[in-house]
This record gives sequence, C-alpha cells and structure tokens, in this order.
Amino acid sequence: MSEPVTTASASTAQSGLDVGGFASRRTLVRRRFLRNRLSVAALVLLALLFVGCYALPPLLPYNYTDLDYYALQQPPTLKHWFGTNALGQDLLAQTLRGMQKSLLIGVCVAFISTAIAATVGAVAGYFGGWRDRALMWVVDLLLVVPGFLLIAIVTPRLGQADRVPWLIVLFSVFGWMISSRIVRGLTMSLREREFVTAARYMGVNNYRIIARHVVPNVASILIIDTALNVGVAILAETGLSFLGFGIQPPDVSLGTLIADGTKSATTFPWVFLFPAGVLVTIVLCANLVGDGLRDAIDPDSRKPRRGKRK
Amino acid sequence: MSLLEVTDLKVTFPTDALDVTAVRGMNFRVDTREVLAIVGESGSGKSATAMALIGLLPPYAEVSGSVKLHGDELIGLGDQRMSRVRGAEIGMVFQDPMSALTPVYNVGDQIAEALRIHQPDLGRAAARTRAVELLDLVGIAQPERRARAFPHELSGGERQRVVIAIAIANDPDLIICDEPTTALDVTVQAQILDVLKTARDITGAGVLIITHDLGVVAEFADRALVMYAGRAVEVAPVATLYAHRQMPYTAGLLGSVPRLEAPQGTRLVPIPGAPPSLAALPEGCPFAPRCPLAIDACRTAEPELRSVATDHTAACIRTDQVSGRTAAEIYGVSTAPPEGAASSGEVVLRVTDLTKTFKLTKGVVFRREIGEIRAVDGISFELEQGRTLGIVGESGSGKSTTLHQVLELVAPQGGSIEVLGHDVATLDRRGRRALRGDLQVVFQDPVSSLDPRLPVFEVLAEPLTANGFDKARVDERVAELLSTVGMRREDASRYPAEFSGGQKQRIGIARALALQPKILALDEPVSALDVSIQAGIINLLLDLQARFGLSYLFVSHDLSVVKHLAHRVAVMYKGAIVEQGDADEVFADPQDEYTRRLLAAVPQP
Repeated sequence: MSEPVTTASASTAQSGLDVGGFASRRTLVRRRFLRNRLSVAALVLLALLFVGCYALPPLLPYNYTDLDYYALQQPPTLKHWFGTNALGQDLLAQTLRGMQKSLLIGVCVAFISTAIAATVGAVAGYFGGWRDRALMWVVDLLLVVPGFLLIAIVTPRLGQADRVPWLIVLFSVFGWMISSRIVRGLTMSLREREFVTAARYMGVNNYRIIARHVVPNVASILIIDTALNVGVAILAETGLSFLGFGIQPPDVSLGTLIADGTKSATTFPWVFLFPAGVLVTIVLCANLVGDGLRDAIDPDSRKPRRGKRK
Repeated sequence: MSLLEVTDLKVTFPTDALDVTAVRGMNFRVDTREVLAIVGESGSGKSATAMALIGLLPPYAEVSGSVKLHGDELIGLGDQRMSRVRGAEIGMVFQDPMSALTPVYNVGDQIAEALRIHQPDLGRAAARTRAVELLDLVGIAQPERRARAFPHELSGGERQRVVIAIAIANDPDLIICDEPTTALDVTVQAQILDVLKTARDITGAGVLIITHDLGVVAEFADRALVMYAGRAVEVAPVATLYAHRQMPYTAGLLGSVPRLEAPQGTRLVPIPGAPPSLAALPEGCPFAPRCPLAIDACRTAEPELRSVATDHTAACIRTDQVSGRTAAEIYGVSTAPPEGAASSGEVVLRVTDLTKTFKLTKGVVFRREIGEIRAVDGISFELEQGRTLGIVGESGSGKSTTLHQVLELVAPQGGSIEVLGHDVATLDRRGRRALRGDLQVVFQDPVSSLDPRLPVFEVLAEPLTANGFDKARVDERVAELLSTVGMRREDASRYPAEFSGGQKQRIGIARALALQPKILALDEPVSALDVSIQAGIINLLLDLQARFGLSYLFVSHDLSVVKHLAHRVAVMYKGAIVEQGDADEVFADPQDEYTRRLLAAVPQP
C-alpha cells in the first residue's frame, strides 16, 4: 500500500519522454540502452575486439606460427608487444589468432543456445499439451546424453577447418536444456496473466503473443543466460582442447594459450596473463552489455537503493 | 491517560533520488474500548503509520516522534523488546489472511504458539484448550475439529477469523487492523466486522483500524482520522464527520462513494488529479492542486489541524466554504446522468442455459474422476444494445467463469451463446476473428492486464496492428483513444508502471475501445481502485456508453457500483442466477433470500 513512491520526474526521465511522434518499444529500449555509458563502452570494446582479431593479424610483422629465435621467453618489448613464448612465437599474434576462434565460438554458441532455449521454453510453456510433452521429452533426452563425451568423439574425425563451425553447433545443441526449462516455467505463469488473455481476446495470434509479450517478459533471464554462456562456451572449448579434442597445435585458441601459460604463470607471467586478460575482458564486456540491455528492457529497473542501515 | 498516544510521528524512506516522507507528523490517541479508523487512499501513509507503531517497517526506514502505549515509549525499542510488546499488548490483523498464517502448521497450533510465546508457563495442553476456546469465540463452527485444519482448508473468512483469534489470544490492550476486510466478500466482511466488535468487547482493547472503505468506517469505528499525503487532514467522531465534514478532501471522498440509493446513471463526484508524490510535495497545502476551493493562501502555507467544533479538527482554512454544501456543489460538477442515445432494444448478447463444469480428478498415476464442479449451472440472460447488464455475486459464484465463456467465443459445454446474432458454436476461425473486434474486455486488475514491458503506445496499437491497420492510421487512432479516455498524448511513450491505478485502468479501457466494439465486458473494472479514482472511471464508463451506444456486460461483487451502472441485474449464487430483473426493482424489492442478505451486508457511509 504505502511503499515508497517514486517521483513522477524520476520515472519520466527513465523512459525518455518524447513529446513528438509516438515512440515504439524499440526506440525506447535503444534510447535507454544508449543512456547507460558503461554498457555502450563495453559494446564498443567488444566490437573492437571482434574487428581487431580479424583485421590486425595481416598488418603484424609476425604470423602466429613464426618463430623468433632471438627472442625466446621474452617479456613484452616494443618488438613483441605481448612478449614471446618458449618457442619464440609472438604472443600478440597468437592471442589474436586464438580470439578469432574463441570469440566466434563464445558469441555464436551463446546466441544460438539461448535462442533455442527461448523458443522451446516459450512454445512448450505457452501451448502446453502435446507440444509441451514432446519438447520436454527432447530436453530430458538431451540432458541424459553425455554431451561432452559425444563432442569429444565427433571432433577428432573432423578436419581443422570444419572444427569451429562444428564446435559451435555441438556446444549449442547441448547447452540449452536447463535454460529452456526455466523459460518454460516462467512462461507458464505468464500465460495466466491477464495481459496475455487480453491479447488473445483482441485477436492477436499465438506466435505474436509469444514474440511480443512472453519473450520480452522473460528477457532478463535470457540476457543473463546469453552473457554467461559466452564465458561457458569459451571455457568448454578450452577444456576440450586441453583434453586433446578441440583445437589442436599448431593452431591455437584462447583456451589452449591459457592452458599452456598456466604452467609458467608465476615465472613468465605474460605468457599467461595476456590471453587470460583478453578472456576476462570478453566475458566482462558480454556481462556489462547484458546488464545494460536488461535494464533497458525492464522499465522497473532502477539503480540499487543506497544501503542505509542503522 | 489514553491507551495509545502518538505524537509527531514521522516515517521517511530513503531512496537514491529523494527521501520519501510517507508519514509527516501524525498526532493522535486511541482510548480504551475506542475504535479509531485511519482512512485514506493508497499512498496516503496510513499503512506506514500502522507499521511504525508496531516497529515492522523495513530497517532502512527512518522513524521519529513518539508512540506511547500506557505511557511507555515504543519508538527506539529494539526488535527483541518490541517482540514482547507485539502479540502480547498489541494484537495485529493484516489484510491477507492467507499470507498471515503459516501454511505448514494447523491453525490450532498457530494459536497455541502465539499463547505460549508470551506465556511461557502455559502448558501445551492448556494452550491447546485455550486455542479451541478462541476459535469458538471468533465464531468458527466445530472448533475442536477445525483446530486441526490447515490454513488452505479454510475459507477466506475463516482464515481471517483465525488471524483475529491469534490477535486477541493474549488479551491485548490495542488491536491494530490493517485493511482487515479488503480481501473478503461483502457478506463475509459484515461477519468479520462483527467478530472484531466481539473481540473488542471481550478484551476491552482499543482498536486502530486502517481502511480505505468509508462504509466500513461508518459501520465499525467511533472516531475517524482522514489522512492525506502523510498527514491527518480531518479528525472527528464518525457521525459528525459524515454529516458535517469541513475539509474539501473529506467531502470529495464521501462524494465519490457509490451509493445504493442513487438511481442508475448517476455520475459521481471524482476528485480531479492524483495524490501528490511524497518525495516532492508542493509548498502549502498538499491538497491544494486538487482542491476546487484553493486560494492563494492555501499554496503558501500548509494549514495545521485546528479545532472547528468539539472533538472535530480539520486542516483547512476554507472550512466555511465546505460545510453545508454538497460535494457536487463544492467540486462544481453535475451528478445528472449523461444524455445518451436510447436503446434500440436490439438484443446484442443472448446466453441460454449456459453450463460449464470442471472435472475433479484424484490420483497421479491413474487419474480417475471423482465428480465435477458445476461452476456455471444453466444460466440464461440477454443484453440489449446500449444497456448495461450487471452480474452480481460473491467469489466462487461463477460470474467470472460466465464472462470468460462469453469472451472465448467457442461453443460452450452446454447451452448456447449468441453474440450480435451469431451463434458462437457455428463460427469458423475467420468469423470468430471478426467478432472479436465487437466484443472486448476490461479486466479487474490494471496492473496485470497491461504488459509491464510494453509502452502505452504499443499497448494501444496492438489490437489495431493485429487487425490490419497501417502505421499512419494506428498513430491517428491511438491519439484519438488517448483523448477519449482523458489522457495526454505524451503518455504514449511511457510504461504502464509509471501510471497510477486509475490511469492504468483508463489505458485498459482505451485498449478495449480500440477496435470500436459494440459490447464491452467489464470484469470488476473498478474494484482494485481507490474511491476517488473509481468515481472517475465510473463516470468515464457512463459517458462512453452514452457517446458510443456501448452495451456493457458488467461483472462485479460491489452492489453499489452495479447500482450506478446497470439497467438490469442478475444475481448469481453457486453457479446459478437466483434473481434477475430491472436494477431498480431488484434493489428496491429483492425477492430472493440471498439477494436480501447481500444487500443487507453492504456497509453504507
């Protein structure tokens, strides 16, 4: 009843009041996202990393396989910005090469698996009945299949060039089940809400209701899921490569670089720190972008209450 | 010395923007055996006041001032000390009895627990016996057996009785009731008020009741304190308050209450505007922006409570303009019914022998039917063009099921539904879609009927785009709809959560009107709103009916609201219509026993 009332001015500022034409949800969400400086910066940084890892290598004097016998295990210098490893390979070139794969795998797996989770969860939860039973049967089936082992069996039979796309597909296929269960549960409670009933009575068709009402209302969980999945996918690929199934030498990924570097993390820290730093940056940026997007979509989100406790 | 003495009580909730002062200096007292009602609309600070008294506000709330029970200061006591006061000296009854009781213990144990916490030397068996006595006292039949029942096995009214039993278990000196009957049906509400009266007589305690329902106040309280924007604006004995209110806000509140004796179509007197934000109060009297009598002096200084008669104080400098005038005169509005097109007499909705049953099943592995519930049991009614049919009943009477059966536009289990001459059983997908535009719905709860993540423009555009309007026509129609329901164009790019309850309901109505329907199904459209806001919505519905010749199928449990809107009423009880006829006749001369009971239970201010 008498919970603290927000001020009219504060809430008006939140949604960005526009006196001109009617703003659609998309415009409002974009405007609210752009207002969040940190998230925009993270998005820009993520984009730069993506572009950089493909655009930079041709401009560098060293290829990721080139060996510089005059600079073995060297800390960062002007010549080798990230230093070199024990074989004299340039770590900057290697990190960029690794990023190409890891970023691609991370981002694609995150989006694809969350998209599957959202679709399956929303359809199963909204319609119920035979669709629900069939889809949840598939979920249960995939949950008991040891996905990691299956991937470990499939990948060695593939050529180096095919590995990245296949890893993306396999990680996506085995990574959506838990989230889709959550989405299904949320959808089932949303289905009972009156605005969904209202939309049905207005003649809006079911798939439109799912797209416009159900998915935006479970967006918070989907966005968090996507952001976390970026990190999970990159680490899963690392684990696979470490066991000898994923990306194999001489090719590198961020995962293999970090795995190699951990052995000498205390003695030659740069071998470990740079690839690990890049990984942390990617995951951090993905989470910041996710947070910003979640706040932009959720009109109730506010900055956390200042914790004043007596 | 009075029982409870509250002096200069202030409650502030710090937020990151501005501090919200929910209670700004309350002074009142409650005497032994006295019932004081704190009346106000949502956000007026009445619940915050009650919670501050018993120290149940969240820890970040800042409370200052003084609360003295028997002369002992309560503010500043630690939670441990307060726990010894709560439940022993002060009993509490909350709004929602389901969440006030623990679902995993039976009610007898919960009452016994309340006893044993404050009387440690009381034996287990003695506590149990006392619990059964208390259940008997609050009017629960077969208390021995019912003491072993769990909260979910009881009805809403019975649960609230149990909560009252817990509140009076330790013979408190003060009972605080926070909206004790809001979640209950009228007939149950009347019973609960009786139980509370009994409880007061037996314990001899003072009662502080927090409510927004002026009918409950009239029925139950001795004195009333009207709260607005965190302060008391008028305090008087109930009879005096209703007969000689001195403050324009009180006059407005009383004027906006729908009354049983008013004829159909009577407009109510709404208070314009919305309550001010407690974070940024305007200078001067907080009611001045909504007050029809405000003069410059009102906007410069906030008036203190001053005595206008014996035992009667009001915080207003224009009291001479209020007394003796009706609310309609003060607010300068007419209560005459809007002039509208007369009904053509054409029947737009005909329901014949409608039946809907739910199957009861038992078992998980082998589901078997053990019976069925007849939610709607062979009911028939007709709705004429431009008229309102009110379906009245208490919760579980099948009125909402009936409404949704009509709205689904599919063949019912039994009987037939005919909408605008089409039998819905014969409709194909396209026909049904076409008919959807003519039959729209406004829901009870404006919060859950609007998608929280959709800005208002898209809420209103949704039915239009779904029915093939292009962008330019959508824009045009949305602007038109906003002005029809009295909202501003700028509001379109805000989210539903930024609006007050009344505004949200206006958006809900605008959405229902988008496709220019002929029939509007109203599912308790005003029961979730404050009275002054409710009055505005009722007026809007009356105007819209007159303007567009709409037919309303109006479902409500509130007889006074139905009286204002409906031309014909159907009273539902346990799935069947027990009485049907012209509203005036049914209300003036009810034939059925149940209708009479229902009418008698309505508290009237």
